[in-house]
Amino acid sequence: MEPTTKTETLDIEGMTCASCASFVEKSLTRTPGVQRAMVNFATEKATIEYLPAQATPATLKEAVVKAGYGVTERAPDTSAADRQAEIDQQKALAYVKLKRRFWVATVLAIVIMPLSMLMLWPAMMARVNMQWLNYGLLVLTLPVLFYSGREFFTSAWNGFKHRAANMDTLIAVGTGAAFLYSLAATVVPGWFMRRGLMPEVYYDTTATIIALILLGKVLELRAKTQTSAAIKALMGLQAKTARVVRPDGQEVDVPIEQVQLGDLVVVRPGEKVATDGVIEEGRSAVDEAMLTGESLPVEKKTGDPVFGATLNKTGSFRFRVTKVGADTMLSQIVKLVEDAQGSRAPIQRLADKVSAIFVPTVVVIAILTFVLWFDLAPVEARLPLALVNFVAVLIIACPCALGLATPTAIMVSTGKGAEHGVLIRNAEALEKAHQVNTVLLDKTGTITRGEPAVTDFVPAEGQNAGQLLQVVAAVERQSEHPLAEAVVRYADAQQAPAIPATGFQAIEGKGAQASVNGQAVLIGNFRLLDEAGISLSPAVRRQADELLGQAKTVLYVAVNQQAVGLIGVADTVRDTSAAAIKRLQAMGIEVVMMTGDNPQTAAQVAAQVGITRYFAEVLPSGKAGKVKELQAEGRIVAMVGDGINDAPALAQADIGLAMGGGTDVAMEAAGITLMRSDLQGVVTAIELSRQTIRTIKQNLFFAFIYNTLGIPVAAGLLYPFFGILLSPMLAAGAMALSSVSVLTNSLRLRSFSPAKN
Amino acid sequence: MDTTEIIVTLTGLALSAFVIWYFFFSARQTAAAVSTSSGVQEVDITVKGGYSPDVIEVERGKPVQLSFYRDEENSCSEELLMPDFSIRRDLPAFKTTLVELLPQQAGTFTFTCGMGMLRGSLVVK
Ligand SMILES: [Cu+2]
Repeated sequence: MEPTTKTETLDIEGMTCASCASFVEKSLTRTPGVQRAMVNFATEKATIEYLPAQATPATLKEAVVKAGYGVTERAPDTSAADRQAEIDQQKALAYVKLKRRFWVATVLAIVIMPLSMLMLWPAMMARVNMQWLNYGLLVLTLPVLFYSGREFFTSAWNGFKHRAANMDTLIAVGTGAAFLYSLAATVVPGWFMRRGLMPEVYYDTTATIIALILLGKVLELRAKTQTSAAIKALMGLQAKTARVVRPDGQEVDVPIEQVQLGDLVVVRPGEKVATDGVIEEGRSAVDEAMLTGESLPVEKKTGDPVFGATLNKTGSFRFRVTKVGADTMLSQIVKLVEDAQGSRAPIQRLADKVSAIFVPTVVVIAILTFVLWFDLAPVEARLPLALVNFVAVLIIACPCALGLATPTAIMVSTGKGAEHGVLIRNAEALEKAHQVNTVLLDKTGTITRGEPAVTDFVPAEGQNAGQLLQVVAAVERQSEHPLAEAVVRYADAQQAPAIPATGFQAIEGKGAQASVNGQAVLIGNFRLLDEAGISLSPAVRRQADELLGQAKTVLYVAVNQQAVGLIGVADTVRDTSAAAIKRLQAMGIEVVMMTGDNPQTAAQVAAQVGITRYFAEVLPSGKAGKVKELQAEGRIVAMVGDGINDAPALAQADIGLAMGGGTDVAMEAAGITLMRSDLQGVVTAIELSRQTIRTIKQNLFFAFIYNTLGIPVAAGLLYPFFGILLSPMLAAGAMALSSVSVLTNSLRLRSFSPAKN
Repeated sequence: MDTTEIIVTLTGLALSAFVIWYFFFSARQTAAAVSTSSGVQEVDITVKGGYSPDVIEVERGKPVQLSFYRDEENSCSEELLMPDFSIRRDLPAFKTTLVELLPQQAGTFTFTCGMGMLRGSLVVK
């Protein structure tokens, strides 16, 4: 085991070259206590891993200064949210610039268009000098090309140098060719005339293509910012300040970055919980919907965990900070969603392969189109026809639609999932989830609550139920045993008045005793009563056997050495389980249950929630085997579990779903984590995956069909049969629309909401 | 077929051949990572219409730090995807963005822009 190290990042000042960086690095590495030091010249940052026992941030700074460089005091605010804010600002600026370029191109294209059509009216043509008109159009087109369309050309050129070709390459070559031809026709019309050609110009084509493609880009950018809206909303939930209680009892508002582990933080009603911790004092209801998707507020009392970004509703409380910064639940969720958004779905593989070779292939097709038209068309029209079709092929081909099809849908849906408390690990998990046809539920903690609850309260003959409950609750309130908590919850739910108990004593492994209203009360298992010499009446014994037969735990109650009642306790089925299971079955999924219980109990629970197939008496080590068994039947299995011993089964399943409150180990092994503890999350996850994959398939289908139909039509394939040619301007409109429609289709996922019964 | 047609045809075929060779078969710019004293493999990559270098060789099992400097505003390159490592980053223009990863398996892993047209590969040995 290595000793724990700390990591510190310093901003270094005054480095002028890479060798400065290595000098600083050496100096830091030689400092005692430093394990590793890494200096990046480009970012001017040093990342140092050190042993806190031997070095401190101050000694590290000293080492940098000794080497002859400075350390910039960093404002403590370079959080993920701030970095995101900077990126957003840059994007907003780029958007404004893009819009300006679009408007310039549009306005000029609107002027250029009618002017180029003058030739359609011979009467007008007679009055205008053709030569001068062309020069006029040239002047109008120049800003469109060199201001609005400049980026296409620089990007194409930069790409060309890297042997890379992108959409800009297509646009640059297409518009460039149309422009150069027009330029030649304007400057040396005689050359064309001598060869029997009309010196036609295509300035309108050039300008309109650029205007339309910029329109597409404007729409695309606007839609794209919406794909990441969900994760930005999540990041924005982070509280900015926390009210920390100082050792002297004073309450101070401090920026969230300065809150440290072990700090005591106060939260008042209506306030956001600043970070993760455990309640030390007070109780309240907390709205955790933003993290778990659970719409009802959750009751919290001393000892319960609270999470940053959740909203305190009713009471005040103080909590001890247990996690800050990147370790908090919110940060973990954001990280998980971000990772998922960067992952690749297997369904995307073909599209990836195609986009890799797409642009150069289109360029080759365009060149061949030019050659064929030039060779086959009548001599007097061959050059303009070859040119127009060459441009049309380049402009209509849209690699963006292919590229956007999958990632945009994944982005929207992973964000949407997080909103509903469904955290998807990666795109592959999403794709697997949509194929699932069998859901295997580990009974405890998924179908059932996983914690005991009172199911039967049986007073012996002649006892007053209300009074007995009061007495029992008085004793159990003092106990910390989970079974006692279940009894107290039951009593509270029945609104039994609380009365005091004295002389409470827990009897290890058996139960407890106390005195209430001067009566000696014993509550516990059979041994407790047996050892106290209390015997059960035949009626009570019969009732106890009945409860035991239902696989319930029985608590025996004795007052003044007489058995007066029984309490049946069992793990109960969640209210939502039956409905969720029904919903899954309606989706065509077979739901199978597995449990460690005996076959009778298993059958009972299964019948209660509408499950027909179940495995009983499954040992924890046998869970993964049951998954395999189902897989051997050719099923695609989703395993739902919550405990550590579920991890192997979660990993074995085609897709594992770890349920909320689940352990880290289970989450590690699961493709999907459900923040909310009920089966509705399973329905949501599978429905979301089905909708997402459907959207992706639609997108991919559209993108492939668009390109496979568009390119041949633009090449003039229909011309010999129907006389149809595609104008490059129409091609530009189609291309702009194609990527926008793929994006819009993905954005439809934003309206996803899980079906509720 | 007149002479012009023959010239156009031959030029077109030659151009097509060039495009195919240039984009698919010509040699790429390869760079091997530089290991620092602390064992981190560092590579500086410039993003401008493509990635240079666009083939990066690193060793397996050692942490890698890629510094992407985006030297343009063109929106094509604003996103960086490394799907095999579940990485999606926005690259701010004229800024350096650090990407850290730990390659554990040997192989060739592509990284691309948001739309998959700019490409580079990380060759893990
Ligand atoms: Cu496009």
